[in-house]
Amino acid sequence: MRIRAQVAMVMNLDKCIGCHTCSVTCKQTWTNREGTEYVWFNNVETKPGIGYPKHYEDQDRWKGGWKLDTKGRLVLRGGGRAKRLSRIFANPDLPAIDDYYEPATFDKDILVNAPAGLKDTPVKQPYSKLTGEPMSIEWGANWEDSLGGDSGKDDPNFRNMVEKVTFEFEKTFMFHLPRICEHCLNPACVSACPSGAMYKREEDGIVLVDQDRCRGWRMCVSACPYKKVYVNHATGKAEKCTLCFPRIEAGQPTICSETCVGRLRYLGILWYDEEAVLAAASVPEEELLDAQRAVFLDPFDPDVQRAAREAGHPEEWIEAAKASPVWKLISEYRIALPLHPEYRTLPMVWYVPPLSPVLDAAGAAGRDDTNADDIFHTIDDLRIPVAYLASLFTAGDTAAAGGVLMKLAAMRAYMRARTLDGTVAQELLDGIGMTGAQVEAMYRLLAIAKYDERYVIPAAHRGQAAALEELGGCSLDGEGGPGMGGGGRVPVTIASRRNP
Amino acid sequence: MSTLVWIVLPYACLAVFVAGHVWRWRHDQFGWTTHTSQLLENRLLRLGSPLFHLGAFGVIGGHAMGLLVPASWTAAAGVSEHTYHLVSVTGGTITGVMLVAGLALLIARRFVSGRIRRVTTTMDRILYAAMAAMVVLGMSGTVVINLLGDGYDYRETLAVWFRGIFWLRPDPALMSDAPLVFQLHAIGGFLFLALWPFTRLVHVWSAPLAYLWRPYVVYRGRRTPAPAAQPAPAAVRKVVTPSS
Ligand code: HEM
Ligand code: SF4
Ligand code: SF4
Repeated sequence: MRIRAQVAMVMNLDKCIGCHTCSVTCKQTWTNREGTEYVWFNNVETKPGIGYPKHYEDQDRWKGGWKLDTKGRLVLRGGGRAKRLSRIFANPDLPAIDDYYEPATFDKDILVNAPAGLKDTPVKQPYSKLTGEPMSIEWGANWEDSLGGDSGKDDPNFRNMVEKVTFEFEKTFMFHLPRICEHCLNPACVSACPSGAMYKREEDGIVLVDQDRCRGWRMCVSACPYKKVYVNHATGKAEKCTLCFPRIEAGQPTICSETCVGRLRYLGILWYDEEAVLAAASVPEEELLDAQRAVFLDPFDPDVQRAAREAGHPEEWIEAAKASPVWKLISEYRIALPLHPEYRTLPMVWYVPPLSPVLDAAGAAGRDDTNADDIFHTIDDLRIPVAYLASLFTAGDTAAAGGVLMKLAAMRAYMRARTLDGTVAQELLDGIGMTGAQVEAMYRLLAIAKYDERYVIPAAHRGQAAALEELGGCSLDGEGGPGMGGGGRVPVTIASRRNP
Repeated sequence: MSTLVWIVLPYACLAVFVAGHVWRWRHDQFGWTTHTSQLLENRLLRLGSPLFHLGAFGVIGGHAMGLLVPASWTAAAGVSEHTYHLVSVTGGTITGVMLVAGLALLIARRFVSGRIRRVTTTMDRILYAAMAAMVVLGMSGTVVINLLGDGYDYRETLAVWFRGIFWLRPDPALMSDAPLVFQLHAIGGFLFLALWPFTRLVHVWSAPLAYLWRPYVVYRGRRTPAPAAQPAPAAVRKVVTPSS
């Protein structure tokens, strides 16, 4: 066993109002630079929808993530090392800028400088940030907001469903899906980086790109099935979500979490066994969800605590792991699920699936969406929303997805009875195999947990890296790189200087 | 004059080539990249880049064969003049055509696509001009003089001078009678080497062959010291608004 810590996130999707505050604060912090105009380390998409970049979930097209070969071995979907190197000169699986969108800006001067007494109101014209030419805006990172447009029916998840989805249903449910890099345990991006510039941090599992060692082979972009590595076209280097590591190291939540209006994000650490990762990523599809859960180690188990201590993890981390809301949601209550476990990267941002599609479906079928029985029946017999959620979160296992939804529905019904007339609905508890105390704690965590309960982040142990201090310099501190500043060395970057 | 062009210039260019790379490596890791532009333009690159690169490998290999292997060696190995000629002309034609087509596509792309035009640096322009000039000189030497004209035996002259540079015994006399295009191509070649470290061509030295053996997932420890832990918001709130 090799015990490691991972800073992981859970998002409770029922609470996301799709306000995009997280995306905007993230962008202001990390990607408001030339070359990253089209980049959203955090984006919020509406589901059903094709997402950002378009159809990123269609791995037949983009070849992201891992798959099992005919002998059952884990291989990158894009091919083995030699095959991918042979296609390095032009990468056939790289999304083009139009698969994201063409970033635009507006000529606002025209509003300010318009002479008085015009007959028509002056209009600001959008200009392409890539060419400087006037353009019309035809797509964006969030073009499908709240089922805008009619691209929702092309959602790749429908392809995995046996249920016949008519276009009608589209009016019956939708929800928002905020996405950041998953900081995977088995990161395909790191595995595909030819120069070894990408790495998973030993201390906290954050996946980063060393800006000084990236050579612009852009293999990581294709390999990531979530399309969360981006090419900065001004610097020619790859960039990705950093999980706000400078904040995490200081014991603070990421910017997207800190500013989340719905307060639906949870951050905490998980212990995992690095040596179990490969095996867990290599099991048959129907066992993936359980295998991924089994990689996490119980922070209350004295053997795990001893192993952590022996591996040199600070005492503060051992305590923080016990208080981790992420551990509770994933492993104790088992209501958080990974996004697309079938990509086999072992993503570390998990989601409490939304109950709202089921409630919407119940309503559309003329049932009472406040009645527990009606909701349970809807989960059982109106397959479409559950099958859709299963395609997102359980590799198509509708029983597993339905089970989580049952828990959420039961929690609501249990708490309603408890609050309104003080009764304990024992049959609901029996149905989901949880105790009243557990359900109430779960309710508290989901509904009213305060800042310190949602974010349990032990500060990086200063001793952990102090010995390496003289190596100095943050590798993300390049001119134009994420995390510019820090002083010291001034990079020259001849070939990436632009013409005026 | 002859000494200046055929002795001083090559050594000066080689010195710039080496020193330039050392300097760039030490001071500009962040700029050391292919500077990929596939994100912005895919269609022409998909065809042009592989053609250009495979052509370039062939042409570089061909130059190594022609310049570094003395004619006496191939003769001793029993390769007849005719066979050698056949192999070099066929190989040279195939890779040369690939290189020219690829280069033409890559250059065209820099003009045709507005997105690419906007990210093209002065250094890119110099590089493409230099490569185009080298290709034109090289092709005209081969086609005009060796295929259509009287022929020029570079293996007994130019190549001997070239190797002499590395043996520290360059003989300028070997070059003074060479046809003008060959002279220009040789001078251009050295100037091109001097340009190399300051362009995106540095990516060539980072060819990621080690990837073939490396384990997939790379783990790395944090290399900078952690910042001081920040006080929790609750604590800050207490300080800012002391409760009575
Ligand atoms: C050693 C192995 C090499 C590898 C793996 C390699 C790989 C690459 C890659 C990935 C790109 C970026 C293409 C893009 O996405 O825009 C590129 C661009 C380029 N390479 Fe190479 N290359 C190699 C050798 C060479 C050689 C020997 C030359 C010429 C002497 C060369 C000249 C160029 C040029 C001029 C470009 C810029 C193309 C453009 O954007 O217009 N490369 N190379
Ligand atoms: S989600 Fe993040 S860690 Fe996982 S493969 Fe993509 S970029 Fe890498
Ligand atoms: S800030 Fe929170 S509620 Fe708003 S879109 Fe982001 S995740 Fe959803």
